Amino acid sequence: MTRYDDILDAIGNTPLVGLPSMSPKPGVRLWAKLEGNNPTGSTKDRIALAMVEAAEASGELTLEKTILEPTSGNTGISLAMVARRKGYRLTVVLPDNASQERLGLLRLFGADIVFSDGDKGTNGSIEVARALASDEKYFMPFQYGNPANPQAHEQGTGREIVADLPEVTHFVAGMGTGGTLTGAGRALHAHDPSIQIVAAEPELGDLVYGLRSLDEGFIPPIFDPSEVNRKFLVRSDDALRATRELTSKEGIFAGISSGAVIHVAQRIAAEVDDGNVVCLLADGGWKYLSIEAWAEDVETAEKKVSESLWW
Amino acid sequence: MPVQVKLPTILRKHAGGEPKVSAEGDTLRDVLGDLESKYPGITKNVLSEDGGLHRFINVYLNDEDVRYLGSLETEVGEGDTVSILPAVAGG
Repeated sequence: MTRYDDILDAIGNTPLVGLPSMSPKPGVRLWAKLEGNNPTGSTKDRIALAMVEAAEASGELTLEKTILEPTSGNTGISLAMVARRKGYRLTVVLPDNASQERLGLLRLFGADIVFSDGDKGTNGSIEVARALASDEKYFMPFQYGNPANPQAHEQGTGREIVADLPEVTHFVAGMGTGGTLTGAGRALHAHDPSIQIVAAEPELGDLVYGLRSLDEGFIPPIFDPSEVNRKFLVRSDDALRATRELTSKEGIFAGISSGAVIHVAQRIAAEVDDGNVVCLLADGGWKYLSIEAWAEDVETAEKKVSESLWW
Repeated sequence: MPVQVKLPTILRKHAGGEPKVSAEGDTLRDVLGDLESKYPGITKNVLSEDGGLHRFINVYLNDEDVRYLGSLETEVGEGDTVSILPAVAGG
């Protein structure tokens, strides 16, 4: 069925496509779940809709309220689209070093933007949003603490993978809110407890990490580390290389975090003789054109990506 | 065994501004102990009061999170790289 009543019904059920040129050996197949095919171009459409509908059902969100959310970009864009369709106002708190495409998309869907200190990354946006949220006019879904986030990935992302590829052995996704890993992990482990859930985490540039104190670290409350079996750090140059390979070898135009996931999947694939490794490609490449991720000169691209907020 | 330890910006002031230093040990706990003896105060916010890893700190051995290996008892070998980073959120 590919006919939908409205755009919100077109969220999810994304394609799972093989990556024949990037699988390192015959017995190990890599698969990409193309979350960039969601209506606003990222996996966050799933959780934006789930969090809004859960709050409507509980009565916490009414049309008089303004939705407020801290985000590095994608969740804000998804919430902005859902808010437009349903008639809500939205304010997002965004680090001031977010890419021009993110700002443009938020504005075209009518979101109000409050900037937080880019040196503090998304952690800084969370601080600012928490302070604003004391005003009763706001409803804050708070993706980092909202159970509708992992539920959307358990009922959607995870079950879609089980239906499309029951023989899945590994699932690799980025660690942002932990919602994808926790939720998809639950669905996959319910299907087969031996499936390995693997997290990819960015090693952001010094400029992005800034001088934040170690006590300012943040672990999202919805993240359930018991669903995860391994976690890897990925440097931005490795993420970029794999992102560019996706385009040149497989014809897939995806974002930089997708490259980080592919990099980890290739490391895992090298360790096993057979398996089916599902890589969650969280967004399309559109929002990374302004940082010249596909520049002919790789060094320029590496420098620009390492200085940007690509997570 | 000598290993390389990559430091986050905030800890470099303890090590004369160096982004990477060398330390010795057979386990991650030994390596952090050697680091502390060379640069007093450097592991104050890396280890918690009960002697475990601080909640908001991630430590990686050759890019793999040690919490999913053997935590502080993870064995290290010559030429390994240990990275210390604050936990960050995305989304």
